Amino acid sequence: MGLSKYKGYLLLKNGKIFDPYKDRTITGSILLKNGKIEAVGNTDLPEDRTELDCTGKIITVGFTDIHAHFREPGREDKETLETGSLAALAGGFTEVCVMPNTAPVLDTPESIRFINEKAAGLPVKIHPIGAITTGQKGEGLAEIGEMVRAGAVGISDDGIPLANGLLMRYALEYAGMYGIPVINHAEDIKLRDAGQINEGELSTRLGLPGIPDISESVMVYRDLALAEFTSGRLHIPHVSSRKSVDLIRQFKLKGVYVTAEVSPHHLGLTDGAIRDFDTNLKVAPPLRSENDRLALIEGLLEGTLDCIATDHAPHTLEEKEKDFINAPCGMLGLESAFGMAHTVLTAAGASTLDVIKWFTVKPQKVLNLQTKQIVKGAPADLVVIDPRCEWTFEKENIFSRSQNTPMRGMRFKGKPELTIRAKYIFRATD
Amino acid sequence: MGNLTREHFLDLETAPKQDLQKIIDTAYTFREVLDRPIKKVPSLTGRNIVNLFFENSTRTRMSFELAEKRLSADVINFSASSSSLTKGESLKDTVQNIHSMKMDAVIMRHPTPGSVLKLTRFVDATVINAGDGTHEHPTQGMLDMMSLHEKFGRLEGLKVGIIGDILHSRVALSNIFGLTTMGAKVTLCGPPHLIPGGVKELGVQVNHDIDEVIEWADALNVLRIQRERMGVGLIPSVREYRDFFGITAERMRNHKKEIVIMHPGPMNRGVEIDSVVADGGQAIILDQVLNGVAVRMSILYLLLGPND
Repeated sequence: MGLSKYKGYLLLKNGKIFDPYKDRTITGSILLKNGKIEAVGNTDLPEDRTELDCTGKIITVGFTDIHAHFREPGREDKETLETGSLAALAGGFTEVCVMPNTAPVLDTPESIRFINEKAAGLPVKIHPIGAITTGQKGEGLAEIGEMVRAGAVGISDDGIPLANGLLMRYALEYAGMYGIPVINHAEDIKLRDAGQINEGELSTRLGLPGIPDISESVMVYRDLALAEFTSGRLHIPHVSSRKSVDLIRQFKLKGVYVTAEVSPHHLGLTDGAIRDFDTNLKVAPPLRSENDRLALIEGLLEGTLDCIATDHAPHTLEEKEKDFINAPCGMLGLESAFGMAHTVLTAAGASTLDVIKWFTVKPQKVLNLQTKQIVKGAPADLVVIDPRCEWTFEKENIFSRSQNTPMRGMRFKGKPELTIRAKYIFRATD
Repeated sequence: MGNLTREHFLDLETAPKQDLQKIIDTAYTFREVLDRPIKKVPSLTGRNIVNLFFENSTRTRMSFELAEKRLSADVINFSASSSSLTKGESLKDTVQNIHSMKMDAVIMRHPTPGSVLKLTRFVDATVINAGDGTHEHPTQGMLDMMSLHEKFGRLEGLKVGIIGDILHSRVALSNIFGLTTMGAKVTLCGPPHLIPGGVKELGVQVNHDIDEVIEWADALNVLRIQRERMGVGLIPSVREYRDFFGITAERMRNHKKEIVIMHPGPMNRGVEIDSVVADGGQAIILDQVLNGVAVRMSILYLLLGPND
């Protein structure tokens, strides 16, 4: 288990090879050498090869996560670009976009370059997302153009909603020039107030201040209306409520080009899980009702929601041990993402190949990321999935520097077993 | 396991009816002790109890301390203002430090819902919830129920109105859970935005007309309206609250009705309740205070005392 480098020829033998861009599957083998694809399909096999039997497994391109927190710079006690990369590989991801809510905030070309330089030698491709406003303060636009030139793939003030509608208009208009999306955490902070969990019967029973679903959907509406008005590129992160799904559907039907993501935890969990005040379930936006959860699944199946993104948010044990009101929001996501999403979505009627698309071509399209190829000469960027593997998510599956997940002990069906990028190979099972 | 089905006393939501009944029955015994000239029994001799208060409290802390002393337990008090919490020590450390002094029970009040449940994971002692934020205040719920039981001889079928800011009230929530478990009927009355969403799922009625609720009810539990909520968008003014939800002398005169008035204290006289009503013959507010000691003795005894 864990990360290593392979030497010589590596043969992924006899799997179902799925190209999510062309939506095409063939049965065969892939031969790798020196971090590149040497051959696909039937080929003369060199003597000195290592073979990995992929019978019954799916070989596809490595997953892309467009929403993660690697905490570097500033909170390296929670995660670093390096430890985050291991968590990514453990979950089948070879490409991760990191949010700018670091210390300092990623709001200048210098900070974007810091991430790119620091991440250059890592086994995972990391793309920084820059802040919309300087210091995420919501007051003035950051140097968006310079950040894009330095390698930022999108802009977001992350967990801090851009409350100022005028500034959001400017951001959509201005970022549109660079062809990158504006990612706004959709929440009316006044409606959220001191809310801790979804407003409903459970928040009443637990005496915890509630967060109504409309605190999300009214902001989703504002942003959709602004996207239509400006023709800018809007991406809505971690949609959590039925009302938001309905609004996004309406605007997509009108022909407005917007994209939206959903997290594995919103697909698989509801506020009902919070019964005993487990702070690992405290997340923003909050886990909502079963009715909302079903709407998110429908939204993904019908294409209203475009892709899955983890919102991987590591926090220290010390911070999550605080009382519910003082504990921070967020949970780990990368390692459990495919297991959770595949379990829930295949039970709802999706195919394994659909689920793979929500982790590959779909999120890549949201941020205009470079297509990966499974052809001779292309860089190795692959994941081997056992779609039938039933497994329990345990501590040993966590490679993040933090441990904050409510999913330990949960049973999943479908597992990314091997992740390969360039010369690196990560084995998620012994 | 002792005399209750649970090891701790954390909430009334999940407490079974048999436990609630047993607490009330046993409380009558201690109520009798409190009427004796020597108001002390040796039931908890040699037991160590810490009152751990992370939030200001006068009457609840005094009531617990008195109950503990009447049972001959050894008591220490810890309050946040004098504590190292202000120096940045975590709740876990504070609690574990206190616990390593070999405490048998921890009585805790804390501003965050769920914090008392969390405490049970940090220490190996009996834990009693003395109020966790806007969640529950189960010993208050028990003393309210005992006072109603004392007055009416039953709880089953009793009609109780709870008046005021339900949303921010742990007293209301514990009353709702306890009373519905015991078969009483509960109607909530207050401004709509101070009644939490989904509350009807808890098996209660909501009525914003105070006069209709008075006509319906056998007893009213009048909640304290916190003055800090006035004028911040929640309650327009004292005058308006009093006119629409206040238990005023005039309102009670108009109804000419036998009705029992309770209040968990401390009261804002002239706001949610008039002095004439609070001090009048229908009020059992001071009985509640005495029953509070008896109920807390009962709970401590059932959790820490000798088994039947």
